[in-house]
Amino acid sequence: MTIAFPKPDEAILARRKDIIAGLGRLVPSEALIVSEDERRAFETDGLTAYRQMPLAVVLPSTTEEVSAIMRFCHEHGVKVVPRGAGTSLCGGAIPQEDAIVLGVAKMNRVIDVDFEGRTARVQAGITNLGISQAVAYEGFFYAPDPSSQLACTIAGNIAMNSGGAHCLKYGVTTNNLMGVTMVMLDGTVVEIGGEHLDSAGYDLLGLICGSEGQLGVVTEAVVRILRAAEGARPALFGFESVEDAGACVAAIIGAGIIPVALEYMDRPAIQICEAFAHAGYPLDVEAMLICEVEGSDQEIDDMLRRIVAIAEPFKPKTIKVSQSEAESAAIWKGRKSAFGATGRVADYICMDGTIPTGQLPYVLKRIDEIAKSYGLGVANVFHAGDGNLHPLVMFNTNVPGEMEKAEKAGEDILKLCVEVGGCLTGEHGVGIEKRDLMTCQFNEIDLAQQMRVRGVFDPLWLLNPAKVFPLEGRLAA
Amino acid sequence: MTHHLPRDEQDASTIIREASEKGSLLSLSGQNTKAEMGRPNQTDASISSAALTGITLYEPAEMVIAAKSGTSLSEVVRTLAEKGQELPFEPMDYRPLLGTKAEPTIGSVAAMNISGPRRVMAGAARDSLIGVRFVNGRGEVVKSGGRVMKNVTGLDLVKLMAGSWGTLGFMTEVTFKVLPKQERKTTLVLRGLKDEQAIEALSQALGSPFDVTGAAHIPARDRQGASTMIRLEGFSASVDYRLGELRRLLKRFGGSTDILEGRGAEAVWQSVRDATVLADGADRAVWRVSTAPTKGPGFTKQIAQSLDAQWFYDWGGGLIWISTPVGEDAGASVLREATRAFGGHATLVRAPSEVRSAVDVFEPQAQPLMTLTKGIKASFDPAGILNPGRMYAGI
Repeated sequence: MTIAFPKPDEAILARRKDIIAGLGRLVPSEALIVSEDERRAFETDGLTAYRQMPLAVVLPSTTEEVSAIMRFCHEHGVKVVPRGAGTSLCGGAIPQEDAIVLGVAKMNRVIDVDFEGRTARVQAGITNLGISQAVAYEGFFYAPDPSSQLACTIAGNIAMNSGGAHCLKYGVTTNNLMGVTMVMLDGTVVEIGGEHLDSAGYDLLGLICGSEGQLGVVTEAVVRILRAAEGARPALFGFESVEDAGACVAAIIGAGIIPVALEYMDRPAIQICEAFAHAGYPLDVEAMLICEVEGSDQEIDDMLRRIVAIAEPFKPKTIKVSQSEAESAAIWKGRKSAFGATGRVADYICMDGTIPTGQLPYVLKRIDEIAKSYGLGVANVFHAGDGNLHPLVMFNTNVPGEMEKAEKAGEDILKLCVEVGGCLTGEHGVGIEKRDLMTCQFNEIDLAQQMRVRGVFDPLWLLNPAKVFPLEGRLAA
Repeated sequence: MTHHLPRDEQDASTIIREASEKGSLLSLSGQNTKAEMGRPNQTDASISSAALTGITLYEPAEMVIAAKSGTSLSEVVRTLAEKGQELPFEPMDYRPLLGTKAEPTIGSVAAMNISGPRRVMAGAARDSLIGVRFVNGRGEVVKSGGRVMKNVTGLDLVKLMAGSWGTLGFMTEVTFKVLPKQERKTTLVLRGLKDEQAIEALSQALGSPFDVTGAAHIPARDRQGASTMIRLEGFSASVDYRLGELRRLLKRFGGSTDILEGRGAEAVWQSVRDATVLADGADRAVWRVSTAPTKGPGFTKQIAQSLDAQWFYDWGGGLIWISTPVGEDAGASVLREATRAFGGHATLVRAPSEVRSAVDVFEPQAQPLMTLTKGIKASFDPAGILNPGRMYAGI
């Protein structure tokens, strides 16, 4: 428990009753949560080691209600922590005692789908998978697919610029977002972008995407929808060394092939996932790749044949080319259960740094050394095509001091990512988790420029203020 | 008027810091091939990236390239081609339209978010731009993003810099993600379709599972009939398969079809990319309109009621290039009325400077967005010295 929260504003805490009464005039009573028991459901997110009880929780149903709430909070100096489904892994939605939580999950309707123009306008509280399901009857889908897609909202995806396993081909949220309706801190409702491509002036949409709820509350979004490929099938390769697996990734890309997904697992991850999912993974290899391609059956066969030929010089001990949906599902089952399966054998924290893929063998060796130096184990699963690592640092909560050790190890790993030319977070966001490491990646000038931009939207630091930027040295516009 | 040619980033920082202290207004440029775009502005001095050249990083296996901002686009393209790669967004070349000759810089591609036909599938320049270094209006060297393609660390200032036309900072280095060049390209051409049918056909193609990487329609003109073009790229066998499927899918549109490949196809897509389809009348104004693809035909129909306009469509109908007589406002009032009715935005790309001074070159923004725009400008360039007024008055 090493991450600090700012000291709550006593004056706000003292006015809690008035604030709740004020909010009560803006939304129906069932949209306002004040009892301690009910608020408890909102005290943390996917970073469950940290919790803070919010002042109150508001769950509005319309943009107008959001606007009224924001205007009220602005006038009364009340901090606002926006929340989608609360699945953030970096503590992006963790409240503060002197803040209200503004949850958009009730706003979960599809407003309009234009298959011809390939866009969908949705309310921001819809789940990621909900969008795909709503357009599936015409064979379409929404491309970014974070692991939490069953639960996470598009609002949260926009806040974090979420990725997923298939972004090598389809990009991340920012590449699939075309417009938003956003409520500013003072209650002003702005429309940015729309059903057309590119922006008229500055790329405000690009700025808002990934801004972690610090610039405004998005209530509606226009997203690009795509026609799904005719089919998709993976192949699985097991290698005797990390270097071989890394070189194979480089060779596939070097041959002009962009697989729709290219996933890497190391020995500990393979063991853990196989024990849980019985996916038929090879247990005698150091590294495994899952490489998926899309198209018609014939195109897939042709592409997988090419990939197998590319892999052969790296002497894979195992090659398994899926021939059916059942085999594909088995191959993916292990990978998709990686976090859950690891959770069965240990507590863990999941890191999210990105590295230049050429540094893979060195970084994996160093991650192992770092974990060992703290007496901890680590399993690695990650998106190999883009270098987005997810080392799972394992520990036991019941052993005093182990969690702190895991956090320290995680910190060392992220510093390593930056050192080799990468970054602190590839898709999870900064939140509170990596807030105090921002100075490793950015110097004072870089951070000051970001904070001045933040200040244009929220000069009073009322929107999700405990996140992203180190608590010391904050600037307004 | 002083022309600054900084030799390195530090040099640029000194020049801009001094200018900000004196309140001396600076024009930013690369090789000046697009100096006649945007709002004309009055400045005291200029600063060019022309001496900041060289590719600083290229890792083909990581699909990433970085270059100093003054490096020519052609050098970047050539370097990538040697390893069988390319810029995914197919940046257009404005020179034919603007009648300029020098080598455009990679920095201008980022600063103006310049894309081409493949944008419809692979995203714009801003989608491939993953890192920038720049000097802001205070003379400070700032970095954002980096060299890895998945990066959500902090606010995404890279996106703000892309398409800011030098009003927020002087870029010194840009980093792009790249893609392998495909083995084969082929183009299916449908002949003789009216605008509405053509856009419907393009929408069908883009809404198919066959990975279309170009979708343009050139209406009938002079003695040439209309052609609707759909491009496929990939391994040869896969292209053949998808071509067959597309032909079946689009059969109901009737008319004759052709297949274009090789040099002829390259030339056609180049003329779409560079809008040279319109460039014949150099005395006419040229507009670039982005709207919802299905709104394209309605948009052109409306403006044609009051303007002698010619046009063609890219991006499946979502990008419309329009030429109009220069007149007093190059048709601005008609175009703006149409963007209000159909949504989207219009940019006056080519017109005499008197016209570009008199009308809005960029789509006017709603008041709250303009307030944000002003605030952002001030947060980068408090003295307002970087390309002042190039996009909007007061920005």
